[in-house]
Amino acid sequence: MSTARDAILTTLRRQLKRGSLADEPRQRLQHRLQHPPRHTIPQRGLVPHSEQVNLFIQMAERADASVQRLSTAAAIPAAVADYLHRHNLPSELIVAPDPSVAELPWSEHPSMRLRIGAAQDQDKVSVSPAFAGIAETGTLMVLSGAHTPTTLNFLPDAHIVVLPAPQIVGCYEEAWQRLREHAVAMPRTVNLITGPSRSADIEQTLQLGAHGPIHLHIVIVDPSM
Amino acid sequence: MQTTSIHFKANARRALADESLQRSLTRMRVGFQHKRAAAAAKLPEFETLRDEARDLKDHVLEHLDFYLEAFEAKVKEQGGHVHWARDAAEARQIILDICQAVNARTVTKGKSMISEEIGLNEHLQAHGLTPIETDLGEYIIQLRQEHPSHIIAPALHLHKEDVAETFHQHHAQYGLTRKLSQAPELLSEARQVLRSQFLAADVGITGANFCVVETGSTVIVTNEGNGDLTQTLPKVHIALTSIDKLAPTLDDVTLLLRVLVRSATGQEASVYTTFSSGPRRADDLDGPEQFHVVLLDNGRSAMLGTEFQDMLRCIRCGACMNHCPVYGAVGGHAYGWVYPGPMGAVLTPQMTGIEQAGHLPNASTFCGRCEAVCPVRIPLPKLMRHWREHEFQRHLSPRSVRYGVRAWAFAVRRPALYQRLSGLGAWLLKRLARGRGRLSRLPLAGGWTAGRDLPAPSGQTFQQQWRQRGGHR
Ligand code: SF4
Repeated sequence: MSTARDAILTTLRRQLKRGSLADEPRQRLQHRLQHPPRHTIPQRGLVPHSEQVNLFIQMAERADASVQRLSTAAAIPAAVADYLHRHNLPSELIVAPDPSVAELPWSEHPSMRLRIGAAQDQDKVSVSPAFAGIAETGTLMVLSGAHTPTTLNFLPDAHIVVLPAPQIVGCYEEAWQRLREHAVAMPRTVNLITGPSRSADIEQTLQLGAHGPIHLHIVIVDPSM
Repeated sequence: MQTTSIHFKANARRALADESLQRSLTRMRVGFQHKRAAAAAKLPEFETLRDEARDLKDHVLEHLDFYLEAFEAKVKEQGGHVHWARDAAEARQIILDICQAVNARTVTKGKSMISEEIGLNEHLQAHGLTPIETDLGEYIIQLRQEHPSHIIAPALHLHKEDVAETFHQHHAQYGLTRKLSQAPELLSEARQVLRSQFLAADVGITGANFCVVETGSTVIVTNEGNGDLTQTLPKVHIALTSIDKLAPTLDDVTLLLRVLVRSATGQEASVYTTFSSGPRRADDLDGPEQFHVVLLDNGRSAMLGTEFQDMLRCIRCGACMNHCPVYGAVGGHAYGWVYPGPMGAVLTPQMTGIEQAGHLPNASTFCGRCEAVCPVRIPLPKLMRHWREHEFQRHLSPRSVRYGVRAWAFAVRRPALYQRLSGLGAWLLKRLARGRGRLSRLPLAGGWTAGRDLPAPSGQTFQQQWRQRGGHR
């Protein structure tokens, strides 16, 4: 196997008409990796934060997500109960262990039954927190971790995501920067999610609800409201 | 897969007469071209981003050895494995070994053109494994034992009636015997059938649109969520990719994603863009226990530093085929191998040999639309022309072409002779047209005039007219 590796690297260097990189260019490239240069960032996201929140909502809705704004996290269980009712969804939830969603006042709504952990096949509705919202395209950034299992994002029919408004940023670059500052290492999975799953593989006609969730509902918690 | 590129002409003739295919192609052209144009119009920075994407890919290619080694180190640091494969056979063997080491029986697969390139499914099947394609388009054509006709829309050539027929035949074994007719029902039946496959699979294989050096991540871009279920549920995740897919940093990959998605489907962002780095962490509740990246070369390293280097910038968006009049007329299967359209006309001779694929670089009107829409500005017509030159130099062009070009070259080097001959030609053609201004038949050029008329010349050459008007050299 290492022979294939050597052979490929040797061919690359031969074709580039040089040997292994010298120290100086190597350091330059290392530096570039550690201090990523920015490319052009679309202007549309580079606006004041309140406008970023509006842009996020507009773009997420265009991608067929539904978005709701609440002024306090305590109001989430009631809003979820209402959402489930409106969409005729079962009131059994699989909730991420993350305290931001697991420790909400769910017990005030005894009609909803709750399990905490990773999703399984029979789970129809999940609730999990997002790490960031990217206004430019209405995209959620969701990280895997002990408190945020990835299956919650894909197995259930409906995925409800909680996003605190201060975590909405203008562009991808800002979200990456926050991730670099937040995490010592990259989580196993970073999911960028824009709307519910879909396919256009039959006659190029868009159908919502392919293998992932059919509904994506985003609850923005915005204390400034 | 079996290459039939050598039969391009016959393939094309059959495709042109295939009424059902022609309906699909019309739908394709309208859809893709319109969506890309609309997406580009909504992003004022789009053209600038294309320039930057081109420059970024060039930077990566110039330092590919460095970035590959740095990527490998980062994947390993996070507990993943990196395997290098010189060619298709090595890649197939690596993957089979990983599967056999965990006694795998079923393997779910996300969409990967490299899997098609190396003929992975056939190989796994021959060794007793069951590979299951999970992208809806790939799933449909796997059931029909066909190959993709487009790199991002594999079942583009089919209609919903074809899909209904195929599902009716294959889903009875799951007790699903109702004959469906509408796209939403078909999709939901596929969802139901594949869900149990996702849960049962031992290994999940995805492609990777990009590999990020900074974080040691492979990146997949999908709309269905099948790739995510493929790589999250089984105990082993294999990302099969090639050495030209590197992006140094998260900021760099963002740039490439911005142009990729708009050029491909015209979306602002794909539904799921997923970064995978290593296996599940110790306290994770889900995710694969093993993470393998297979880096395939298969002729790519040899393109570096040559006139074909620009092709290595390709990010597989499909825009060149969506805008190609030849692809639009004959579809993907006529090209006879994995990669169709203009990008295929450049890659196929490299990967299967110019002897096999010499017709493909000729299957172009040189209208330049592919280059005009390519997000990384690959000069596709120029690259096709390079292949034509190779073909000519290696005496692979048809004899009529070789003699024709040689005769023309002989005349053009002798101006007096050339003027005499072209004058004679112009006069003759005018006579043949008998004043109708066009020719519907022409001796020795029946193939050309079968589909169109030749406008007749005025009877005099440009130089004759120039002289009459008193022009000077
Ligand atoms: S050659 Fe350009 S347009 Fe064609 S698939 Fe590659 S990146 Fe897209």
